[in-house]
Amino acid sequence: MVAKIDSAVHIDVAGLTMAYGANLIQRDVNFTVRRGEIFVVMGGSGCGKSTLLRHMVGLLRPAAGRVVYNGASFWDADDGQRAALLRGMGILYQGGALWSSMTLSENIALPLEAYTSLSASQIREVAALKLALVGLAGFEDYYPASLSGGMRKRAGLARALALDPEILFFDEPSAGLDPVSARQLDDLILSLRDGLGVTLVVVTHELASIFAIGDNSIFLDAAGKTPIAGGHPRDLLENCRDARVQCFLRRGELKE
Amino acid sequence: MAISVKSESPPEVAGERRDDGVFVLNLSGTWRLDRNQPDYNPWRRLKNDPIPSRIVISGRGLEQWDSSLLIFLRGIQQVCPPKVAVELENFPPGAQALLRLARPAAPAPSPAKLSGLIQVWRKFLDDTRYTLEFVGGLTLALGRLLCCRAYFRATDFWAELQECGPAALPIITVISLLVGTILAFMGALQLKLFGAEIFIADLVGIGMVREMGALMTAIIMTGRTGSAFAARLGSMQANEEIDALQTMGIAPMEFLVLPRVLALVLMLPLLTVYANLLGILGGGLVGVVLFDLTPRQYYLQTVNAVTLSAVFSGLIKSVVYGVLIAFSGCLQGLRCGRSASAVGDATTAAVVHGIVYIIVADAILSIVFTLMQF
Repeated sequence: MVAKIDSAVHIDVAGLTMAYGANLIQRDVNFTVRRGEIFVVMGGSGCGKSTLLRHMVGLLRPAAGRVVYNGASFWDADDGQRAALLRGMGILYQGGALWSSMTLSENIALPLEAYTSLSASQIREVAALKLALVGLAGFEDYYPASLSGGMRKRAGLARALALDPEILFFDEPSAGLDPVSARQLDDLILSLRDGLGVTLVVVTHELASIFAIGDNSIFLDAAGKTPIAGGHPRDLLENCRDARVQCFLRRGELKE
Repeated sequence: MAISVKSESPPEVAGERRDDGVFVLNLSGTWRLDRNQPDYNPWRRLKNDPIPSRIVISGRGLEQWDSSLLIFLRGIQQVCPPKVAVELENFPPGAQALLRLARPAAPAPSPAKLSGLIQVWRKFLDDTRYTLEFVGGLTLALGRLLCCRAYFRATDFWAELQECGPAALPIITVISLLVGTILAFMGALQLKLFGAEIFIADLVGIGMVREMGALMTAIIMTGRTGSAFAARLGSMQANEEIDALQTMGIAPMEFLVLPRVLALVLMLPLLTVYANLLGILGGGLVGVVLFDLTPRQYYLQTVNAVTLSAVFSGLIKSVVYGVLIAFSGCLQGLRCGRSASAVGDATTAAVVHGIVYIIVADAILSIVFTLMQF
């Protein structure tokens, strides 16, 4: 690829087809995410939102198509380049996915120990900072099992931030949170974007959150197995004529 | 996080005292975690001077920055006494916002820590209480089973029977054959000194039937099935499936534990009989191939040596072992915590406790049978 690379484009997904064996999940997924943007992947349950995320972070190999970061195609890269790309990503899994045999501080320290040459005391400071960023200052020595679901999720976010990633992926960040915590998490996402300038890809079907944080989006349709709309969520709400999108964005209450 | 690709200058801190008593820190350069951080403490610089009324940190010279800058600023805030105001000047808004986020809130309650000895004692009391509760619960469930009021699904019971019995045959076959040959070989080397090779049959027959058949089968099944019970029930506990059963009014003790205990108690004696036969076969192979006995001789000698009471003592042991294996597996599984590491701990505990129970029971039963001349 010698084509001119638009430096503002951070992630480019082109012609992506996802399938488990012969079971097609989604085909012809195309979108670009600009640097510093919050990109929302939405759609009903079972449409393949999380599967798309797993394709983007290298857990699943696409059946066809490419995922390009900063002009480097993820699946065409060799192992070393792929590892380097992954180091620039932070991923918050649905339940936090904290390693249960480690304290929060050890959870955050693991990637730092593996990938940086920081001293133990510096690592401790970084872990303390990241936990403070997500409002968990002082919880360094807690085990995940002794935290509530919302705290676990925030701790998972602190771990995703450990290496100062350029791209953050969120899988259903507000699932299982009370409305206030969900709102706080949205605010946190916004301040992280503004503070660190990271690009965010958020998989969610939480309408409030979609409208609060989304700059751009893609709507995956479960029945047609292909994306049917994309754009700023408010734009979609006002201008998209597709009944399925309108139904989703208005919680089933179609406007006459 | 900034994207400019200028040549990067190292992170630097310069401190100066202004005439109005304000101490100014000028930060400059690129602040990145993977580089050396300046080690700077304003109080070391100020130790002989009067304490300034406030400290102003200026970020005008900053090029790029990441978490390392925030760590540095937090460090300064932490070492300053509360009466000295720390102000930030000309910092990127993002850095200021993050620093506000990271402002230490009310200190978290520290996790409760007890001294080692008390912890051990508490754990011991807890374990004992839970074990007694489990024994009680299991007894009640068995009582309800006898009254035909226990509820579990026949398909589950059938699947457990399959899992505890036929599915274990391959490993039991291999191990028992080998144990038989080992017994025969070890004994034969000694018996040969007296020209008494024919007694290999007695040694293998009685050894397998009274002791080794039941014991080896039980130990294999602890590792194979007891651990599986603990892992299965443990992950169900971690996934709140057991809570779901309980709130639906279905007793986990009947629905999950009973079929497993019954299946193992039914299958372990059968596996033991099979193991005994294969052990004797293994011994016979050694006797016939290496020590010039005829198959018929070996067979007759075995039949003469192995009494019915020897067979029964082995089978009684295997029933007891079956109860103990299923007991420790299910107990640890139901007691499991809600995390992946807890499931691992439960599985380990199930196997370790299972084997200890088996050996202790073996010792006790052997003594009792000897005293009874059974």
